Amino acid sequence: MPTQFEVNGKTVSVNVEPRLTLADCLRHELRLTGTHIGCEHGVCGACTVLVNGDAVRACLMLAVQAEGAKVVTVEGLSNDADLTPLQKSFRKHHALQCGFCTPGFITTAHALLTEEPDCDADRVREVLSGNICRCTGYIGIVEAVLDARQYYKDQAYKK
Amino acid sequence: MKLPAFEYACPATINEAVALLASHNGDAKALAGGQSLMPMMAFRVAQPSLLVDLRKLPGLREIKIGADGVRLGALVRWRDILDDARLAAAHPLLKEAISHVAHYQIRNRGTVGGSCAHADPAAEMPGIAQACDAEIAVMGKAGARTIKAADFFLGALATALKPDEIITEVRLPAWPPQRRFGFQEFARRRGDFAMAGVALYYDPAAGGKAANAHIGVIGVGDRPRRLAGAEAELNGKAVDDATAIKVGEAAAAEVEPQDDIHASAAYRRALTGTMVERALKSAAK
Repeated sequence: MPTQFEVNGKTVSVNVEPRLTLADCLRHELRLTGTHIGCEHGVCGACTVLVNGDAVRACLMLAVQAEGAKVVTVEGLSNDADLTPLQKSFRKHHALQCGFCTPGFITTAHALLTEEPDCDADRVREVLSGNICRCTGYIGIVEAVLDARQYYKDQAYKK
Repeated sequence: MKLPAFEYACPATINEAVALLASHNGDAKALAGGQSLMPMMAFRVAQPSLLVDLRKLPGLREIKIGADGVRLGALVRWRDILDDARLAAAHPLLKEAISHVAHYQIRNRGTVGGSCAHADPAAEMPGIAQACDAEIAVMGKAGARTIKAADFFLGALATALKPDEIITEVRLPAWPPQRRFGFQEFARRRGDFAMAGVALYYDPAAGGKAANAHIGVIGVGDRPRRLAGAEAELNGKAVDDATAIKVGEAAAAEVEPQDDIHASAAYRRALTGTMVERALKSAAK
């Protein structure tokens, strides 16, 4: 069925089966393979994208449900010129090893820090509990997110 | 796994949605946030022939607060409840319970109506509906009707909803300002379904004694339920540590949990007592 929505600022039109998830649509129809698929039933968080600003699991949403929505994937949070402050912070704190879960952590952390740049470590842990990482033990990820807060605070003041 | 194939409809009115549900001989399912239904379909536990997406239906996203209590539209998301500052006074128990629902990303999609229609025995919203004597408004082919929470939840993933009926609203009775409440649940990891949980409240009467005790439990049994025996143990008592322990013991004796892969029945029973004790102590603070 024909469906139109916005991905990373561009309007896209796809013709998909209703059963296609937003995650598969992004990867296979739109070739945005930064969104990873781990469990396909909403427990691992690897497929997290932003829909109208909210972090959601793209495997628990149909592509046809995204009609008219503004979707941002991990590709939309980076640029070719340089690492973003959040990416730099992940690098600095060794917040990734194999990297499979990283897009989901970046999108989730970006949503959290945009909404709550003053969040504390407990809040970061609570929010990131919806994402599974099998390599790092989470310590580095939590530190990276906490360290990136200053950038989001500065951004919030600018607005 | 990839989802099984289905037909998809996204009607603009509730009457159309009801007609679509009625047209598939009980094989159609309403889709709200999809946070329970989509995993069920991925596992082939559910294989509806038609999904009726409710997202375009008007008037189901509002939280209305009035003298008669709190009315939650069926498409109100957990996120909306947590963001609504009015609810801190209008229904603090609801707000506390919903902060325990699943994970951040799920709370951005999951809905009040979806959770009640799904009726997981350990889910928070059905537990709150039971503990607070909620009414669930539904619309079907035969028209609108209202079902008391006590008559709505029939078992694990089983409700009084007919195949053509859609939840429109969950109504929680008004919350008096002096009411005391506690919410506790225990899960091994954050966001997991509770192995036992309790939502309770009472109204302080003369001499600080508890009246109108409501004690609801989740995760222990095939549906959320109130514990009449534990409530009787609490009513008329001063709420101190000794009372909390006694009411906890009464609750543990009253529940009928079953063994499953997550915990034994004996463990869930003991946990229920501890959760009730802790919830009462926090309510009395």
